[in-house]
Amino acid sequence: MESSVATPPTAPPPNQPPPRPGKDAVEGSATWRLSDRLGLALCWGLGLLFCAIAAAIVVYLLVQGIKYLRPEMLFTPASAGFSQSQSGGFSDAFFGTLIVATMGISIALPAGVGIAVWLVEYGRPAALARITESTIEAIAGIPSIVLALFGTVIFSSTALGFLSRSSEGVVFGRSFFAASTMLSLVALPLVVASTREGLNAIPQHVREASYAVGKTKIATTRRILLPTARPQVATGAMLGLGRIIGDTAIIVVLLGATQNFAPVEGAAFPFDYLRGAGTTLTNFVYEASPTGNLNQPEKAYAAAFVLLLMVLALNAAVDVVHRRARKVGTWSS
Amino acid sequence: MEVEYLPEDGPRVPDQRAERLLGALVCTVVALLLALIATVFFRAWPSFAHNGLAWFGAGGNVDEQINQIYLSGLGGSEGYVYTFHAWQLLWSTFLITGGAVLLALFSSLFVAVFLVEFAPEWMSNVLAPVVRFLASVPSVIYGLLGVLVIVPFIGNHLVTEPQKASVAGVISLSGYSLLAGVLILTVMIAPLMTSIFSDGIRSVRPGWLEGSLALGVNRWRTTWKIAVRTARPAIVAGTVLATARAIGEAVMLAMVSGSVAFAPNPADGLIFIFEPSRPLAPTIVKNIDLLGSKPANSTLFAIAAVLLLSAATFSLAGWAARRSMSKYGATA
Repeated sequence: MESSVATPPTAPPPNQPPPRPGKDAVEGSATWRLSDRLGLALCWGLGLLFCAIAAAIVVYLLVQGIKYLRPEMLFTPASAGFSQSQSGGFSDAFFGTLIVATMGISIALPAGVGIAVWLVEYGRPAALARITESTIEAIAGIPSIVLALFGTVIFSSTALGFLSRSSEGVVFGRSFFAASTMLSLVALPLVVASTREGLNAIPQHVREASYAVGKTKIATTRRILLPTARPQVATGAMLGLGRIIGDTAIIVVLLGATQNFAPVEGAAFPFDYLRGAGTTLTNFVYEASPTGNLNQPEKAYAAAFVLLLMVLALNAAVDVVHRRARKVGTWSS
Repeated sequence: MEVEYLPEDGPRVPDQRAERLLGALVCTVVALLLALIATVFFRAWPSFAHNGLAWFGAGGNVDEQINQIYLSGLGGSEGYVYTFHAWQLLWSTFLITGGAVLLALFSSLFVAVFLVEFAPEWMSNVLAPVVRFLASVPSVIYGLLGVLVIVPFIGNHLVTEPQKASVAGVISLSGYSLLAGVLILTVMIAPLMTSIFSDGIRSVRPGWLEGSLALGVNRWRTTWKIAVRTARPAIVAGTVLATARAIGEAVMLAMVSGSVAFAPNPADGLIFIFEPSRPLAPTIVKNIDLLGSKPANSTLFAIAAVLLLSAATFSLAGWAARRSMSKYGATA
């Protein structure tokens, strides 16, 4: 343990913040009162507990996943059967997750970037900007089950009947279109927040330099600001993707009710599937758990393992983007 | 900074068009939120109107009431029944959310302090990704692990046979319990709190901490008396946002909380933490097939309206609290 005698610090460069106390010249806890040391021990204990919980989740699902996951499960659809070995795989759920993720983020990303650009670069009238900010915060706070119920209202209306199955004027209201649209609202606040953060971090003189050579605001945004903020936009998109593939309530209400694709007859190729009901991995896990309708815990473990792998991959991608962005640096440094 | 550097006759038309386009997008999203609020409350109105404040009161079994409401919707519109007393659901929501938020507040505060001030470099390099990972695990995976690991453990090892026998006529103690719901919900919201808390603590001005250290106060005291106190708005914001998340959690709780309308009574002694219950949000998930019946539809939207109002209030309050951090010169 180093002594706490302060060594005279070398003068830091003026543009860097001074080093934080504590981390560099470490004051040991040996001189503290007992209560303080117990508190520090509690800190260590809880920190290690967090790590232990995360490790337990990963290791447990890894073991169960290796035990029960067969590659062919990803390519055989679920079927009715008496035992878990007869009832097929969960390919429809797997591809359903991919479809929902693609459709959801392809709505949320442009909309979120557009809203963030408007908030940071335009933002007039100011009252509308304030309203928009609180709207985004409110959307972030809406429980997804409430979004799902709202989805049942709008997608069962006859005006939007072309987006899902309908027979004799009664609109079914469950489809990939319905679920993805509502899921994009779940991802939207994350995209907006992250993009705004990126745009706000760009110093004003960069914009002024661009205006000075005659670029319009929108050209500046497209050519300079958004490319600079690309790491944050990507981070927001991936966080949003994580929320989309992890959401269950909206899927159960607006898409589920089946473990297979249920394409609508008589529609052109991609639209027959997208208008029909379907399933995703989260819905499959929910239904295959002992409290669901299927009760196939082994398949539930296998599907949960695939889902966890997707989440881990997204987390790793966020880390890579962060690290690369830090290496490239920003305008100010 | 509203300085126009553009030439008067320059290419301004596309720029104005872009502004109008983005403005229209923003207005659409605002309108969508207003439509959502209006729809939910409009649909919920019959249920609130028929019950008045008794909607929030006790009386009867909620599951039987929902069944009556559903069956009445199959007949003509004169026979609609709306009688609904949600106390059991509200109480369960309160217990589970409250318990999880208290546990998570305690542990997140210590972990955030540890992460920012006391963890050695290697430890914080592990802990920060761990917190991010725990926040991103889908709720259905927490639910699955709860059902297959935590619930059997509670049912087989923590609940004793005499305890099971003592309430056998009322409710069965199989492990689906308040305790399972609270524990798993704590793990789900603690990472959210930890990341907001540690952002707040990190943005406290170093000069204030150095001042305290220079007076001879040790690092532990300095952190708690200066850094944590200055970061109070962030702590309020994190707690409130986590509460909003906890109130809206539906799927995980539908899986582990036991799914019977029952109000565990703390006056019965410690056994109440082993008793099953069902909060508001899982009630919607469990009864989603009843949407076709008009009065049941209205009742479910009434539950959603309560959820919407409380969660949106909490998350706006958290946002306001976080903004007040700037008063202290912090950048969070």
